[in-house]
Amino acid sequence: MDRIPILRMGRTLLVTVQVDMHDQLAVRLLDDLTAMITRTRARGVVIDISALDMVDSFIGRMIADVAATSRILDAQTVLVGMQPAVAITLVELGMAMPGVRTALDVERGMEMLDAAGDH
Amino acid sequence: MPPAITEPDRTVIRVEIAENQDVVIVRQRARDQAQRVGFSLLETTKLVTAASELARNTLEHGGGGYALLEICTEGARRGVRMQFIDDGPGIADIEQALRDGYTTGKGLGLGLGGSRRLANEFHIESAVKRGTKVTVVRWK
Amino acid sequence: MVMATPIHRTIQVLQSSHVQLLADWIKALRAATTSQSAAMISDPELQAQCQEFISLLSASAAAGGGDDLSAAAWRPVKEFLAGVSRSRSRQGFSPSETAMFVMSFKEPLFANLRRLSDGHDDTGLVTESWEFLRALDRLALYTTEIHQQAREELIRRQGEDMLELSTPVIQLWDGILAMPLIGTLDSSRTQIVMEALLQQIVATRSPIAILDITGVPTVDTLTAQHLLKTVAATRLMGAECIISGIRPQIAQTIVHLGVSLGDIVTKASLADAFRIALKKLGHSIAGS
Repeated sequence: MDRIPILRMGRTLLVTVQVDMHDQLAVRLLDDLTAMITRTRARGVVIDISALDMVDSFIGRMIADVAATSRILDAQTVLVGMQPAVAITLVELGMAMPGVRTALDVERGMEMLDAAGDH
Repeated sequence: MPPAITEPDRTVIRVEIAENQDVVIVRQRARDQAQRVGFSLLETTKLVTAASELARNTLEHGGGGYALLEICTEGARRGVRMQFIDDGPGIADIEQALRDGYTTGKGLGLGLGGSRRLANEFHIESAVKRGTKVTVVRWK
Repeated sequence: MVMATPIHRTIQVLQSSHVQLLADWIKALRAATTSQSAAMISDPELQAQCQEFISLLSASAAAGGGDDLSAAAWRPVKEFLAGVSRSRSRQGFSPSETAMFVMSFKEPLFANLRRLSDGHDDTGLVTESWEFLRALDRLALYTTEIHQQAREELIRRQGEDMLELSTPVIQLWDGILAMPLIGTLDSSRTQIVMEALLQQIVATRSPIAILDITGVPTVDTLTAQHLLKTVAATRLMGAECIISGIRPQIAQTIVHLGVSLGDIVTKASLADAFRIALKKLGHSIAGS
């Protein structure tokens, strides 16, 4: 069964999505992340989609679900690296994803989590 | 801008949509057609995203079906026409289906209404128990 | 003697005399084009195009399309000619030179038809092939139409390229981009502007982009929506948009249109926007 690997860096989890995900894979990722946040008591999740050249409404919703779920588990999620064409298309689709924090890249995403963690 | 691959204009690609992985295949074939016509990155992204939405609808709400991805010509302009066909329960209220998802972000609507916004031409035929056929076209 | 049906003789010529037909036609074509244009198409290439046309023509004639170009039988010929016409247009041939491709075919065709009937019954031959010749005329007109469309398409695309050049994105500071928009923003222009800005954000890794609309006299609903979409897309990418230079009239229009700016930061001047941007990045200007 294929899964997307989740990297643990201290209290932060890093997911780099590099494959064209089918719905089941996306759901599996949500489940795996939720389980891992709880298990490792992670305080932050960085989802790196800089390699994705397409994000549709299902994947968008999944990412929003990760953000919402992790918040309940006392962790912050940051979505990083969205490509311009993907961003324009998502907005056109009607998905502004208001509940999801974003950053330009992994480095800035980590900085954002560090700053949030100080509160 | 990616160079257009020269191929006979009558290329029609048919993709069976029966399981999750097929939606990914539809995306890839849509991308291939977009490249043949020489779409820009943004045009390609919009086409592939619309294809993904509609393929998913065919699978989840139509119970499976197939997609036809065709390069079309109209005078001097070229584009890609995509048709998504299923034999499923059909849509009772098309107007609502196009509207609903947009506001709630759930269910059938977002994919349908969203695809319409991503395409230049959009056409849908559907009736209860008579299946659904959605046709979208993006021109270069 | 049984009179062959009109199109039958034409088909016969197209199929049996195509070598002679091809030679006569290419000679006529070369005679009709200027030496400058002639240099743009090599002999083998022209030969291939003419050959293709003749075989497609003979297939269409056999399928019986008559002189109605909308008939399915003519589809392959039209598609082929559209391709030829588009490439001629791109190479810089004039519309009439492009039409000559088909027009110059009529004489060699007729000459070969006469050869087939040994010069007997010329009048009958003309009457019979009238329909086919009319189809050829229509095909020639079709090539001019496609040529025109291809030209317009090229001009439109060049216009877009110029538009891209005329909307520069400026790097004000490390991490701060500015895009001064000048003049009226229509739908297509705003989209081009949007793409350029987003691409620069990625290229320069700038978390803040200032959209300055001081030079924009009016904003309609569509433009306002496009601006909002730009801001939304910027946020999704992980950057932030500040809109500066909103004139009182535009502010009133936005309210009047019922467009909600949400929590987008807006500042009266580019300078104010710059100050805010610096603060957001953790810098500040001494004395401010």
